[in-house]
Formats: sequence, C-alpha cells, structure tokens
Amino acid sequence: MSGAPEPAPPAAPTIAAPAFPFRTRATIISRLFAVQASWNYEILIGNGIGFCVEPALRLLPGGAGSEEYRAALARQSQYFNAHPYLASFAVGALARAELEGQPPARIERFRTALCGPLGSVGDRLVWVGLLPACSFAGLLLFGLGASPLTCVLVFLVMYNAGHVALRLWGLQMGWEKGLAVASALGHPILREGPVWLARAGTFLAGVAVPLAVMRLVDGGGLARVGITLVTAAAGASALVLFHGRVEGWRLALLAGFAALVLFLFRHA
Amino acid sequence: MIVDVLVLAALGAILGLDVVSFPQAQISRPLVSATLGGAFMGNAGVGLLCGVLLELFAHETLPFGASRYPEWGSSSPIAGAAAAAGAAVGSVPMSLLFAVPFGLLTASLGGWSMVQLRQLNARLARRRLDALARGSARTVAGLQVAGATADLSRAGLVAMLAAIVALPAVRWIAVQPAPMSVYAIPMLASLGGAVAAGAAWKMFHSTSGTRWFGVAGLAVGALLVSLMSRG
Repeated sequence: MSGAPEPAPPAAPTIAAPAFPFRTRATIISRLFAVQASWNYEILIGNGIGFCVEPALRLLPGGAGSEEYRAALARQSQYFNAHPYLASFAVGALARAELEGQPPARIERFRTALCGPLGSVGDRLVWVGLLPACSFAGLLLFGLGASPLTCVLVFLVMYNAGHVALRLWGLQMGWEKGLAVASALGHPILREGPVWLARAGTFLAGVAVPLAVMRLVDGGGLARVGITLVTAAAGASALVLFHGRVEGWRLALLAGFAALVLFLFRHA
Repeated sequence: MIVDVLVLAALGAILGLDVVSFPQAQISRPLVSATLGGAFMGNAGVGLLCGVLLELFAHETLPFGASRYPEWGSSSPIAGAAAAAGAAVGSVPMSLLFAVPFGLLTASLGGWSMVQLRQLNARLARRRLDALARGSARTVAGLQVAGATADLSRAGLVAMLAAIVALPAVRWIAVQPAPMSVYAIPMLASLGGAVAAGAAWKMFHSTSGTRWFGVAGLAVGALLVSLMSRG
C-alpha cells in the first residue's frame, strides 16, 4: 500500500491587483494620446511615460507629493522608447508594478527590457501594417469614384478603430499582466496581425493603385490610362531595383518642378 | 488673402500637431488634410485629387521613431488649398502641377523643422533632468505642454509661410496658357503610382505569402480598370 500522496508545493504568493479606479483609468487613457508630446533625442518618450503613469501614482500610500510618489515618478520619467500606441502596454504594466510595491531595481530592469519589443512589434503592426492598409483602402474608394467625404471618413474610421482599440487593449493588458506583460506580446493579434495586415495591404495596393491612377487621369480612354499605368509600373520597377539608393518622392519633387518650369517656359 | 492664410495656418498647426504630438489619429495624412484644405477654399474635390497624389508619395515615408521623414500635417492642407485656389481661377492640371511638388517641398521642410523641435525638446529636458530625478510632477507635465505648444507653433509657422508663398503663386500659374498642361496629371499620376507601388513592394515583400495577394490584387485592379475605362 502506497503512502499518503506528497503534499503539493505551496503556490507562489501572488499579489492581488490593486484597485484601478475608473477616473484614474480615464485620465491615463486621455494622456496616452499625448505620450509623444515632448519626444526628444535625450530621453525619447520617457517623460511621456511618466506623464501617463502619474495619475496612477497618486494612488500610492501618501498620495501625490509623497516620497513614494516622487521616487516612482522619477523612475518612470527616465529614458524610454516604444511605439506610441504600444506604449500603453508599458504604462499599464508599470502603473501596476508601482502600486504593487515591486522593488525599484526590478521595475527599472523591466522598463529597459520592454523598450525593444514594444518598438519593433508596433512598427510592424501599425506603420507597416494598419496605416498602409487603411490608406490603400481610402485610395481604392477614390478609384471607385467615392466622394471626398466618403474617402476621408472611411480611412479615418478604419484606421482609428484599430488605433484606439490598440491603445485601450494595451493599457488593459498591461494592467492585468503587470510585470508578466511580455507574455501578452505573444498574443495572436501582435504575432499574426502584422502578417495579415501586410497581406491585406498588398492586395489593396494591387487593386487601389491602378484604380486611383485611372481616376486621376480621368478620361482619355483605355490607351491613355494604359500608358500612364505602364509608365508607373516601369517607375516602380526602377525604384525597387535601386531600393535604398533612391527615394521616389524626392525624384518626384524635382520632376514636378522641372515639368512646371518647362510647361511655363515653353509657352513664353 | 490674409484671412485665408491665417485660417490655413491654424489648420496646418492642428494637423501638424497630429503627426507626432497629439493625437496621432492620422488626420494629418495627405488624403485627409489636403481634402480639408481644398474644402476650406471651396473645392474639396480638387483638394482630394491633390491629397490622393500626395498620399501615393507618402507611402514611401513611414513615421519610424527617430528617423527624419516628411511632415505631411502642415504641408498637405496648404497644397490642397493651393490646388483649389488655382482651380477657382484657372487650370486644374497646372494648379496640381504646382501644388503637388510644392506640397512635397513643404513636407520636406516640415520634416527638417521637426528635427529642430526634437533638439529643442532635448535641450529643455536636459536642463530639467535634476527636477525629473526628484520626481517633480510639475516638470513632467510642463515638458509635455511645452513640447506640444512648440510643435503647434512650429506647424503653424510652416503652414503660414507655405500659404503666403503658395496662394499667390498658384493663382498666377493657373491662368498661364500652357498647352502642354494636358500631360501634367498623367505625369503626376505616373510618378505617384510608381512611388506607391514601389513602396508597397518594399513594405510587404519580406512577409510570407504577400506575393500572391499582390498578384491577386493586381489582377482585380486590372480587371476593374479595363471595365471602368470602357464604361
């Protein structure tokens, strides 16, 4: 007969989540939209992180102005870098860590470790995913003949649905996970989102660019549209070929002004 | 004209603030801001044409962190307004042929002004590092407000200078007889299409599976162009 089962090892002590009042949460959310207001080459968005976390620090024992409050605010206003939308993950996690009374050295190590992932994931998800996809969607609507108001509104609504949701979700995840927020960065939205947004963006670009060019040329028949599109395709191939050595928009600036002078000069 | 310049400067200031400081809702994108500029001058349709052309170029210039990139928020509304102002007195193609390169030039200058602003913000922050190390909430909030105010002023100044140059210039250019102006929009569209397509490849080609999505998109696009051009 076997003996009594081994008692389970005691669970690691967990720290109960501190209260996160609605008013504090709302103030942080409103401040998140200005997280980059003092962006600079010295501490990047460090001051912005301190600015966003500050309403939560008022909940520390002693309240605003106490020794704990000032020490925590000083920690949170140091150098920090992240994508501005994903900074909300850091703000939620750091606010919770401070209110839980985590050791300062641990918070500072955590803060340093967060910078890289929040920057690279955000760039891929937003600047190379959501933004171009929504922009190409707006251009597609233009190509299909939509009114100015429709093009503008659809672009803004699509983009900001993603933008605002990302900020709110980031703050919530950061607060829920605290110092374990790195696990949230493996969430399918952040892992697979950039891939699917890139695919959607590529498809939309394929449809939108020819249609937008067609509507810009506006009439003149298939031949004129065709010549414009073939020229654009040749130009795109050249830009891809000289990728990293030539910037198309700078060439366009020169070409545009040169054409303007030529057209005016030819008349004179 | 003075009222137009002042209103456009205010519009450029607000839209320029959106690029980095607040709230980054992309109301500063050319598609939106040039249309707003055109609408202010009474022709949202021409503003949209200018916005679409600038938007095609904007795909090549993504706002990555510390990099220097064209600042579309203060430049595009002036370009859109200039296009609409020119269209009101003369030729749309010549107005766009001025407004689009002018918008690109202003965006480039706007990008330079953002670098200067970041250096100014850095100097302000450096002077207050001691106060930040003491955990001064007033300093933290003060730096945010100072940065946003400086950015608003910067964008307003860029927009005002651009409007002072662009509005009279486009009104003169748009009424000049220019027989070759029929080529203006196809040329701008070719350039814009080339830059946007090239930028799409650069952005997306390293992601697995995107090639087939691009091919499918191009097939649908070509079909629609063919059908709509005949229609």
